[in-house]
Amino acid sequence: MEFKDKLLDTYIAFEEELGPKDSIQKLRSQALKTFENHGFPSKKQEAWKYTSLNSLLQSDYLLFPKSEKAVELNQIKHAFLYEIDTYKVVFIDGVHSPFLSDTTHDGLDVCLLSAALSKPKYKKLIDTYFGSVADNHESMTALNTTYAREGAYIYIPPSVVAEKPIEIIHLSTGDQGAVWLQPRNLIVVDRNAQVQIVERHQSLKEHRVVTNCVTEIFAHQEALVDYYKIQNDLDSASLIDNTYIAQDKNSHVSVHTFSFGGKITRNNLNFYQNGEHINSTLKGITLLQEKQHVDHYTLVHHAQPNCESHQDYKGIFSDRSVGVFNGKILVDKIAQKTNAFQQNNNIILDDKAKVNTKPQLEIFADDVRCSHGCTIGQLNQEALFYLRSRGIPKKEAKALMTYAFANNVLESVQIPTLKKKINKLIANKLGVNLGFDL
Amino acid sequence: MLTIENLHAEIEEKGILNGIDLDVKAGEVHAIMGPNGSGKSTLSSVIAGNEDYEVTQGSVLFGGEDIHEMSPEERAHRGIFLSFQYPVEIPGVSVTNFIKTALNAQRKAAGEEDMPAAAMLKKIREKSSLLGIDSKFLSRSLNQGFSGGEKKRNEIFQMAMIEPKLAILDETDSGLDIDALKIVADGVNALKTPNNATIVITHYQRLLDYIIPDFVHVLYNGKIVKSGTKELAKELEAKGYDWIKKEVAG
Repeated sequence: MEFKDKLLDTYIAFEEELGPKDSIQKLRSQALKTFENHGFPSKKQEAWKYTSLNSLLQSDYLLFPKSEKAVELNQIKHAFLYEIDTYKVVFIDGVHSPFLSDTTHDGLDVCLLSAALSKPKYKKLIDTYFGSVADNHESMTALNTTYAREGAYIYIPPSVVAEKPIEIIHLSTGDQGAVWLQPRNLIVVDRNAQVQIVERHQSLKEHRVVTNCVTEIFAHQEALVDYYKIQNDLDSASLIDNTYIAQDKNSHVSVHTFSFGGKITRNNLNFYQNGEHINSTLKGITLLQEKQHVDHYTLVHHAQPNCESHQDYKGIFSDRSVGVFNGKILVDKIAQKTNAFQQNNNIILDDKAKVNTKPQLEIFADDVRCSHGCTIGQLNQEALFYLRSRGIPKKEAKALMTYAFANNVLESVQIPTLKKKINKLIANKLGVNLGFDL
Repeated sequence: MLTIENLHAEIEEKGILNGIDLDVKAGEVHAIMGPNGSGKSTLSSVIAGNEDYEVTQGSVLFGGEDIHEMSPEERAHRGIFLSFQYPVEIPGVSVTNFIKTALNAQRKAAGEEDMPAAAMLKKIREKSSLLGIDSKFLSRSLNQGFSGGEKKRNEIFQMAMIEPKLAILDETDSGLDIDALKIVADGVNALKTPNNATIVITHYQRLLDYIIPDFVHVLYNGKIVKSGTKELAKELEAKGYDWIKKEVAG
């Protein structure tokens, strides 16, 4: 049986198991139909031209791994910002781990989507938000919606500033063979509220795992959201990340994506601006080796006047790694005075590495500032000689230049501990022991 | 210290150096002058190990060791320093970060531990004040947006930090006004010891009023065609290079 058929056939039993308390039953069955009609995306579709999921669909996956395995804290410490105090929502093989988590209902909600989907007191909220910004006509998102039942649920009430960052960590143990995980996160940041969130998917040992994750973020007026995605998984893990962000007037949302590992990673990142004076920031560092493949597919929809968006993605590619960047900026006719900036710069370190980069601007307003630039190049040889002539060995000189190339993406990271951690990850990836943040 | 014999070098199969002989001893200052395109910058690049140039004949010995096969960093570790004519801009790396990385790389190569942060800071303060560099400058990206004078001053600052055995100053005077020139020259002179040597590469005699050479060599068509004392530089300043060209042709 093909994996798609399995996904379709499993639904009846899944629906029965959830029972009548499920708040999103209708949405699920619609989504199932979408997935049934469209199936998995293929390279024939323009949006998936450079990324094939075929290699992932050859085998069978366990859809609902059993409940929590015991995991030693020491074994997973590296996946956390353990130096500072944070709220944590942690899942092991898709199942919530109360032992590793640090949730709260005190002044803000940092808890589980499963609770929000089944408890009556959340019903109004779920009806308002769940699935309302995610594109359910997109088949991977539809597939996630069909089976969505666990993930993080975060609600920040008006004018509340979350005093510590929130970590959403999905761990995969590999104890149950190949697994297909579909976490679903719902994040609502009310008027004038502020929050910082770090999301990470991490395998604990080499095994086949595909994560098809959907995150919906709602930023109300004057809200401030900083979201960080750390993608540094093992080479046996793949991730299809679908993030949808709806912004009201005067809100600021930034998403930083650090893609340093994994087999195939696809980041669908969608911003919808629904008010004036909105600021959206999309930044990323992609640093790949071996046969790793990362595809950034971004959309910023400017639907109201006087808004800004800033995109800055840096990519560094070694060995046979592949990078894709497709950045779409859509400016509606009414969205005058839009200021949209997009930049994608890439460095290729080996002949066999590959980058496909494509800006896509659709502008229907006539009074806008939209700029975009893509570059693909190599490390500047003259600069490399300059550094080496000062006694810095070739490998370190290359690392220093690579770091310098990507550095301005890190400048806007608001959590110092996270910045340090990313610095260290970059140094590790480049195989050097350099303290970059001097 | 540095012994160059019959050095030939080319870039993209075009011969630039056509048999250079030069002997530099500890404590000496040598000036290499010559018209544009005579090979002055090529000579400094070849000594520093720029891989764009291919040495086709001859040898370069440094401290008695043939450095032909050595990488630029290995040459730096042995004490060769090149002050670039056009220092490269490296956005994202601060002057301080760069010099710390360079200095610790040198120490590591010598089997020493990293310099303690406090000692590093003290040394940076000391050497930057010697060259009239303020602390804001040190946190800027390396050479990015620097004026010509700032770039050259930064080169000499690096030299002061690294304390090389042999410093090659490639057109360090170009782009400097007279005040900056004095500061740079004073810096170079302050770093002078009986154990190190300096090669000053320049088109004009001006810098040699401040950094007094023991020997002056004239490079033309990739060869040293005339050597003398500082008087030779004065003569070149007064008469230009044409008489040398004629002499070579005749």
